[in-house]
Amino acid sequence: MSEPRVGVYVCHCGHNIASAVDVEHVAEWAYKLPFVTIARDNKFMCASTGQEQIEQDVKEHDLTHVVVASCSPHMHEKTFRNACARCGMNPYLFEMANIREHASWVHPNDRDGATNKAKALVSAAVHRVIHHQPLEPMQVNIRPETLVVGGGIAGIQAALEIADAGHHVYMVEREPSIGGHMAMFDKTFPTLDCSACILTPKMFDVGSHPHITLLTYSEVEQVDGYVGNFSVRVRKKARRVDEDLCTGCGSCWEKCPIKVLDTVFEAGLGYRKAIYRPFPQAVPKYPVIDTENCTYYKTGKCRMCEKVCQTNAIRFDAEDEILNIEVGNIVLATGYKLFDCRRIPQYGYGRLENVFTSLEFERLTNAAGPTDGKVVLRDGETVPETVAIIHCVGSRDKHYNSHCSAICCMSSLKFAHLVKEKTGAKVYNFYIDMRPISKGYEEFYHRLLHEGTTFIRGKVSEITDAAHSPEEEGKLVVICEDTLVGKQRRVPVDMVLLAAGLEPRADSSEVGHLFGVSCGDTGFFIERHPKLDPVATMTEGVFIAGACQGAKDIPDSVAQGAAAAARILSTISKGQVILEPIRASIDESRCSGCRICNNMCPYNAIDFVEDLAVSRVNPALCKGCGTCVAACPSQIITGAHFTFDQLMAEIDGIMVDVTADDPFAVEAV
Amino acid sequence: MTQKPKLALYWASSCGGCEIAVLGLHEKILDVAAAFDIVFWPCVMDFKYADVEAMEDGEIDVCFFNGAIRNDENAHLAHLLRRKSKVLVAFGACAFGGSMPGLANFYDRDTMFNWIYMDSPTTINPDKVLPQKRYDTPEGELVLPGFWNTVKTLAQVVPVDYFLPGCPPEAQSIEAAVTAIVAGELPPPGSVIGSDVTVCDECKRTKTEKKIKRFYRPQEIIPDPDICLLEQGLFCAGIGTRSGCGAKCPAVGMGCRGCYGPNEGVLDHGAKILTGIASAIDAETAEEVEIILDTLPDPAGYFYRFHLPDSLLRRKARKNGKKQMDGGPQ
Ligand SMILES: Cc1cc2nc3c(=O)[nH]c(=O)nc-3n(C[C@H](O)[C@H](O)[C@H](O)COP(=O)(O)OP(=O)(O)OC[C@H]3O[C@@H](n4cnc5c(N)ncnc54)[C@H](O)[C@@H]3O)c2cc1C
Repeated sequence: MSEPRVGVYVCHCGHNIASAVDVEHVAEWAYKLPFVTIARDNKFMCASTGQEQIEQDVKEHDLTHVVVASCSPHMHEKTFRNACARCGMNPYLFEMANIREHASWVHPNDRDGATNKAKALVSAAVHRVIHHQPLEPMQVNIRPETLVVGGGIAGIQAALEIADAGHHVYMVEREPSIGGHMAMFDKTFPTLDCSACILTPKMFDVGSHPHITLLTYSEVEQVDGYVGNFSVRVRKKARRVDEDLCTGCGSCWEKCPIKVLDTVFEAGLGYRKAIYRPFPQAVPKYPVIDTENCTYYKTGKCRMCEKVCQTNAIRFDAEDEILNIEVGNIVLATGYKLFDCRRIPQYGYGRLENVFTSLEFERLTNAAGPTDGKVVLRDGETVPETVAIIHCVGSRDKHYNSHCSAICCMSSLKFAHLVKEKTGAKVYNFYIDMRPISKGYEEFYHRLLHEGTTFIRGKVSEITDAAHSPEEEGKLVVICEDTLVGKQRRVPVDMVLLAAGLEPRADSSEVGHLFGVSCGDTGFFIERHPKLDPVATMTEGVFIAGACQGAKDIPDSVAQGAAAAARILSTISKGQVILEPIRASIDESRCSGCRICNNMCPYNAIDFVEDLAVSRVNPALCKGCGTCVAACPSQIITGAHFTFDQLMAEIDGIMVDVTADDPFAVEAV
Repeated sequence: MTQKPKLALYWASSCGGCEIAVLGLHEKILDVAAAFDIVFWPCVMDFKYADVEAMEDGEIDVCFFNGAIRNDENAHLAHLLRRKSKVLVAFGACAFGGSMPGLANFYDRDTMFNWIYMDSPTTINPDKVLPQKRYDTPEGELVLPGFWNTVKTLAQVVPVDYFLPGCPPEAQSIEAAVTAIVAGELPPPGSVIGSDVTVCDECKRTKTEKKIKRFYRPQEIIPDPDICLLEQGLFCAGIGTRSGCGAKCPAVGMGCRGCYGPNEGVLDHGAKILTGIASAIDAETAEEVEIILDTLPDPAGYFYRFHLPDSLLRRKARKNGKKQMDGGPQ
């Protein structure tokens, strides 16, 4: 093979790089590096003139490899690979050195240091690129079916968008009905729309859509395959009610003698029966039997529901069903869970009767809730005269969750309005900062200011029933430092509402692992790029939408559901996806079958071939993360584009003495 | 009759096991004697260094050099035998990777001298006498080889043609090397004479996915005879160690120690074993990792037992930021 001929392009990025790095000098210096045929600096490499320069040089100077020193590969690796591809080069014979994020931006006040670092990074890229091998991307066909996991508003939106476009959707929901948290609310901020009025039509559409198979009371147990061709195993838990026969008439739950505290839908404030439908507008309309509480499963007797059912739909001996479905793409829309307020004992939730969580209040104020929408104390009758609403409970606090839950300012304002409207009580909102940031939110805040709600800025330190004065007797006292006035306050109230934060689901890391999606340090699923790719994940074909990706309100959840659907629809209409060729491969002739790599792969891409006693990588599943490559103690797994030779050469390159006149004196050692 | 090729064997810083291994060829040793003219083997026959010095350069056809380079004498002989030999073979784990003597690279000369000659409980040395390179007596000057700060491998001191791994090399490995030499069918210079897969390949134990919850020392459990030892929590370096030994240690319930060194192409034996072991640890949190690792005593010693001097770091960092390569005479 003839000698490599490398072209090096050092970008000014306007002032972004040039203000801290001597770009011309880096280019001149790079010319001395081994195999460098041409080295230039350029104001904006990503502009068409920069790209055309590469194309022209490849043709005129017969370049075999190209290095661009500019920004992060996340930004423009694709741009430059495409430029290389346009002039007939294999795009993987290109390498990028990041001298912006890694040099100029982090060392803005050290020109010599930043310039030397840029030289080292360029040297690393040049040393590495000559070891690059041409790689060919892989094309796979896309199945048009989609799986949506979670039937909250985000999942519902995604499912309807795809189904309306004529493609089949399987929706898997863990609970007996779809609807998610939104189904529990009475009113939604900031417009105070009736939640059920805007949600139930969509739920109904999902339930009756010809292109949607709704699998409620179901869970995904296993996911195999890869983008375009996932095989999913779903467990459809036994409802013990035959869906083909049941009419949802309700006589079974009316007659069922067993009352069970409903900790899911009624947030522990109301009761349901042992055979139940979570709420009247549930989709589907069929009830389920809760075998833990049903008398029949404890004693073998009762069978009341069976007796009253006119269509003979009760099936006590029904068993879970396992369904295997094939889909091309997956949307995870598993939502959030509410912060457990018992974790802050000084707020007294669970100990002080009239401290309520936000979800409890949603049920209290809901016309279809346990009190028919009357806002009353835990005794069920007393109407509060003073109510305190505490913001940021379990959010923005390093002891619990450092993130802002994004919706609590607004839901607290909504509560203040509803309390006032329904009881005329005096309302105090204790907040740290007001963050009504979306459209119409600031206006809603002003409306509340005019409605006469009292806002106290300060973090509540304690809620107590220990009275210090006659007017505190029999009341809950909210203690906090009013930071605007600079004094300690004790505010006696009848009722306290805790605006609990939004947390990832308790099982989010297991669910993530099942689908090959990681959780960030807050526990929410991580998107592929926080700005430019918010609904995709690092696993091709698996998308995230709604509050499972981070705390957010309904409009944002809906937008993400629609965005995920749009992404999927575009791959379906293309029919194929192109997979990066950067992935691992095992030299089977040298694999000793130690199986160290087998459970390392976050994408379940490694299989063990029993009869040959070797491990094998499924190329379509592999994401090229390199975990197995590093783990393999025999060093016989190679990561394409990250080979041992490439990495060692890169290290050699970065170790070059960039301050020496002739850096290659060092190489000789 | 054509002249038989000339063979030299030398023992530098090592335990002597390699010499025994050559004798361990049993009756095959006669084939060696028949095939070669043994010109230097101080352990077995009475040769003097002067005999070697008197030879022509390149006169020895093959030299099996065992032992690490830990002092001036080892280095002197390494240079001498290199000059006199056509083919120099680093024989056994010490010459190849530094091995046990090389573990001294976790310390330095002063620390070792202080312990051995002064502080250890069984030492009485009121005058604080330490080894000296020279000492004048009425009968004349006495000389000791200088003791190096850093143990080196043979290849770090002189160019080496072939490496024969093992502590000691198994008879079949020595045989293979001898046969290849006699037949003139040697691999390209610089090669390790051996396989390119790891011990697991030869190990008959059943392997499943590895999930280590804690480590055991060999005396703490009686391992199941059929299951991978590592999966049972017994440290086994077989995952990252070149095969060729027949997996004898795991076969009898003792985890591989790693004496055949890194697999073909691996730069740092200890690091590879470490990544393998780390990958098998079944922990959810960083704390759990710590708890599990606490059950593995002396991890550095386990991972680098045979290849510390030829690892990427070579030795523990020395005080005063001295260069790590610092070996050389006192
Ligand atoms: C007290 C309170 C009041 C609020 N008020 C408003 C408001 O007025 N206006 C507004 O815009 N926002 C409001 N929000 C925010 C709103 O609840 C969320 O934005 C919205 O519910 C997020 O929808 P989602 O579909 O992402 O998640 P969810 O509503 O949590 O739905 C997720 C669904 O996925 C299911 N699921 C979970 N895991 C699995 C699994 N492994 N397999 C199958 N199914 C699974 C769940 O059962 C659930 O049905 C409020 C939040 C709270 C806490």
